[in-house]
Amino acid sequence: MELLSGGEMIARALEDEGVEYIFGYPGGAVLHIYDALFKNCQVPHVLVRHEQAATHAADGYARATGKPGVVLVTSGPGATNAVTGIATAYMDSIPMVVFSGQVASHLIGEDAFQETDMVGISRPIVKHSFMVRRTEDLPATIKKAFHIATTGRPGPVVIDIPKDITRPDAKFEYEYPDSVKIRSYSPAQRGHTGQIRKAVKLLLSAKRPVIYSGGGVIQGEASELLTALARKLNFPVTNTLMGLGAYPGSDRQFLGMLGMHGFYEANMAMHHSDVILAVGARFDDRVTNTVSKFCPGAKIIHIDIDPTSISKTVAADIPIVGPVQSVLQDLIDGIDLLREKEPSLPDSGALARWWKQIDEWREKHGLWHGRRYGESDRIMPQQVIESLYRVTRGDAYVTSDVGQHQMFAAQYYKFDQPRRWINSGGLGTMGFGLPAAIGAKLAFPDKHVACVTGEGSIQMNIQELSTCTQYNTPVKIINLRNNYLGMVKQWQDMQYEGRYAMSTYEDSLPDFVKLVEAYGHVGMQITRLDELDARMEEAFAMEDRLVFLDIFIDPMEHVYPMHIAPNGAMKDMWLSKNERT
Amino acid sequence: MRRIISILLENEPGALSRVVGLFAQRGYNIETLNVAPTEDATLSRLTLTTIGDDRVMEQITKQLNKLVDVVKLVDLTEGAHIERDLMLIKVRAVGGSQRDEIKRSTDIFRGQIVDVGPNTYTIQLVGTGEKLDAFVAAMADAEILEVVRSGVAGISRGEKILRL
Repeated sequence: MELLSGGEMIARALEDEGVEYIFGYPGGAVLHIYDALFKNCQVPHVLVRHEQAATHAADGYARATGKPGVVLVTSGPGATNAVTGIATAYMDSIPMVVFSGQVASHLIGEDAFQETDMVGISRPIVKHSFMVRRTEDLPATIKKAFHIATTGRPGPVVIDIPKDITRPDAKFEYEYPDSVKIRSYSPAQRGHTGQIRKAVKLLLSAKRPVIYSGGGVIQGEASELLTALARKLNFPVTNTLMGLGAYPGSDRQFLGMLGMHGFYEANMAMHHSDVILAVGARFDDRVTNTVSKFCPGAKIIHIDIDPTSISKTVAADIPIVGPVQSVLQDLIDGIDLLREKEPSLPDSGALARWWKQIDEWREKHGLWHGRRYGESDRIMPQQVIESLYRVTRGDAYVTSDVGQHQMFAAQYYKFDQPRRWINSGGLGTMGFGLPAAIGAKLAFPDKHVACVTGEGSIQMNIQELSTCTQYNTPVKIINLRNNYLGMVKQWQDMQYEGRYAMSTYEDSLPDFVKLVEAYGHVGMQITRLDELDARMEEAFAMEDRLVFLDIFIDPMEHVYPMHIAPNGAMKDMWLSKNERT
Repeated sequence: MRRIISILLENEPGALSRVVGLFAQRGYNIETLNVAPTEDATLSRLTLTTIGDDRVMEQITKQLNKLVDVVKLVDLTEGAHIERDLMLIKVRAVGGSQRDEIKRSTDIFRGQIVDVGPNTYTIQLVGTGEKLDAFVAAMADAEILEVVRSGVAGISRGEKILRL
């Protein structure tokens, strides 16, 4: 068997694991590893400008591809800088393996230079973590980390590696394990047959059903099955912010996103439903509004791979623990079987009445139907997203940061495919968009990748423009510029009588066009609606250039609908500044 | 409602902190905690008592099961079980009558005096938490110098077994 040092083992294991990119930043504790990567490793390394961006880029790569993102950072500040990105991945169940350097074993606990307890700091935000204590353990540990990160409900795994473990002169036998068995870790492989049978009955007896699906359908690669099930039954579908693209956004049966800034018809349908099929969603507080008033007439079937997601906030009537893919297939089979015996199910008359009601809601206040956003002589943010959708023909990978622009993108870009919409839903991390776009673009160099952002968020990781120069990742940055922290301002308008505490920059914003030019990119300023489409076309036509579109929008626009809180139900929404349900 | 959860835990560094951290992170209470190695060197047995309604308990057991280091767990309060808490209590014991009184109470509670000093007694008592509480109450007239309790350790009755 071959003898390798710890550093060489990591380099080799990444190859053996089929890793396509490592996102990282070197430093003292990981120099042995970097030397091994430099000397002999087929896996390209992307040098970011800040470790937070390494985790977001790996995350963006993972969301776009379904494969785990891989991060390498040094100890101390390298590790702590990575924490925000790890938490982001944890909240959205993204597979990620983070290698963090640690001070040498004999120094641990002595407050050594660049020492932090990374296993301790990251404990609440990882699926699992390892501290490697013997070089011989590295191959099995790395295998376990990838296994845990990618199976069951995916999530980030940290491997903390003291410097002496990777020293070049200590060589040990290396063999990368083919498989791994962890006695205390065995995610469910199938849903419970009895529960599935009950769910089939309930679904087929529904008169006002809704399918409510989340990020789990995308992570679980079950979009096609979800679509097949919905079409088979002619049931309406709503997606969470994390689930957009799991069901085709431009399809007639799609109600749009639900929740705090969800579509009127989606929230109304949820509230008035009699059966909810929740798939890979977790009844997050941004979905449910007041839990005690949540969908009073609905029986709930809840499918999730993670038992802790079920009945955590909203009790499920029929819980089904299992991978969404196999459970949806079982449901479809069960439905076919029951319909052979009872072909009159589901009640088509009741469904027709339900669809009529939904269409009325759509006509009344639906974002893509009856409802229009405000008129203005300035560019409206929604128009920018509509333009982006037209120009990219709905086929781009769209990353976003966090705030109003994120909600506009989620509402107005009709994602027809899974993995195209990449945003920090759970943690809500500003600064996510640009590095995530880098990860997506590296994964799919021939596809359009757009980062929808605002001048607040983009400045949180703007240094990554330099990474884009180095690795030639010609993403398009769509900056919805309103000179405010827009979502903060919206809340201050609605709840603090327009007192804009620390939500403006006064005159401190940089000239973004000059700024991106300094990094070697192309910048454009857009102030008039009549030039929007043409400039957007122009930007996307420059396939090998990063283009930053600094688009001046109407700063007074709010995101609507918006749930009325506190104490509101799903159906209680603001529809505009002076109109509510 | 008070529950006793008994866990087989990987005997790995950091495993205990994951369990304890989970309780802090999710706002659950730990009333008592007891952890020690088992006959299998790779496993620790951890017993904790906590308070919560059925919904909270369901979440606690699910969240615990989700931890990779948790190999198996059981809610002992769901069935017949035995629970024991061990207490060492040091009290001021000066003068014949006070020392006699303390000795008598100790006998009544079936405790043992395990250390005798010129001015102190150290008493060992094993039982349920309630029994130990009762003994502390019975010592109200004496000056209690120190109390140390192991926390509840528990095991199911009969054939019900928590092992791999």
